[in-house]
Amino acid sequence: MSNNSALLDFVIRLGDNNLILGHRLSEWCSHGPFLEEDIATANIALDHVGAARLLLTYAGEIEGGKSEDDYAYLRDHVEFKCALLVQQPNGDFGDTQARQLYYSSFAYILYTELKNSKNEQLAAFATKAIKETIYHLRHCSEWVIRLGDGTDESKQRMQKALDNLWTYTGDLFATTAGDAQLVKDGIIPDVASLQSKWYDMVKEVVTRATLTMPDASAFMQSGSREGKHTEHLSYLVGEMQSVTRAFPGAKW
Amino acid sequence: MSSDSQFPLWEVFIQAKSGTPHKHAGSVHAVDKEMALQNARDIYTRRSEGTNIWVVPAANIVASSPEDLGPFFEPSNDKPYRHPTFYELPEGVKFM
Repeated sequence: MSNNSALLDFVIRLGDNNLILGHRLSEWCSHGPFLEEDIATANIALDHVGAARLLLTYAGEIEGGKSEDDYAYLRDHVEFKCALLVQQPNGDFGDTQARQLYYSSFAYILYTELKNSKNEQLAAFATKAIKETIYHLRHCSEWVIRLGDGTDESKQRMQKALDNLWTYTGDLFATTAGDAQLVKDGIIPDVASLQSKWYDMVKEVVTRATLTMPDASAFMQSGSREGKHTEHLSYLVGEMQSVTRAFPGAKW
Repeated sequence: MSSDSQFPLWEVFIQAKSGTPHKHAGSVHAVDKEMALQNARDIYTRRSEGTNIWVVPAANIVASSPEDLGPFFEPSNDKPYRHPTFYELPEGVKFM
C-alpha cells in the first residue's frame, strides 16, 4: 500500500465516522425529549456532518477528481469505513448519550494527537474539530451523569446503554498496515495506543455518574476497517442515499 | 392559570462582545445550571451572537407589575434636567 492510499484510507475512515454519526444524530431531529435538547442534538449532528464534509473533500483531493458527494452518496455500505460504534441505532436517549460519550472521548484524544500531525490539512482539521468535540463531550457527559445519578429507572437504563454498546468500542481503535506507515511518518498517532487513555477518560465520567464500567476484557466486535459492518449500516446508508439514488445527478 | 409542565424556566442574557452589557435574549427550560447554560448556548449563540452568557432562574427575577407604570415611571417624565443631554460626549466613548 502506498503512503497516499494509506492516507486516503485513514481520511475516509475519519470522514465516515463523522458522516454516519452525524446522520444518526440527525434522526433525533423533531423527536428530541424537549425543544432545547432537540436543537442541541441537531447542532451536534451538524458539527459531525461539517467535519465529514471537510474530510471527504480532502479525500477527493487525495484521490483526485472526486467530490465529497461521491463518497457520501455513491458508495455501497460495504465500502464505508466507519467504526461499528457510530452506526449503532439511536435506541433511547440514554443509548444515544452513551454512544456519544464513547465516540467523543475517542475523538478528543485522537484530535489532541492529530493536531501535531506533519500533514497540514489533518493538523488544521484537528485544531478546528477539537473545539466542537470538547463541547460534545461536555454535553453528553452531563447527560450520562444526570441520568446515571438520577432515578432508579434512569440509572438502570443508562447502565444498560453503556453495557450494550461496550462491545463496539474496541473497533474504534482498529488499525491497518497502512496506518503503521503513517505513524512512522508522523502523519497520524498510533490509534491503538490511545485506548488506555480513552478508558480512563470514560471511566471518570462513568464513576461520577455512580455507574459501573463495563468489563474491559469482554469480547469485542471487530471488522469495520475491512468493510465488515453491523446490519444497521446498510439501512442507514440506504436512507441517506435514497434521494441521490432516485434522482441521479439531480441539482437544486 | 395553566401550569408549565416543562422544566423550570431560565432567562438568558448574551454579551455580544467584550465590554458591552449583557442583553436579554430569551429563555430556556433546564433542570440545572449547566443544562441552562448549554441550552442557552445552543439556542441563542448559533449564529455567533455572543462571547459570554448569563442564565438566571426566571423565578429569581423580581419584576415591577403593569400597575406600577404610573407611580414608578411617570414622575420622571417632567424632569428633563435629569437627562445628560446638556453635556458633550467625549470622543472615544463607544458604548452609550
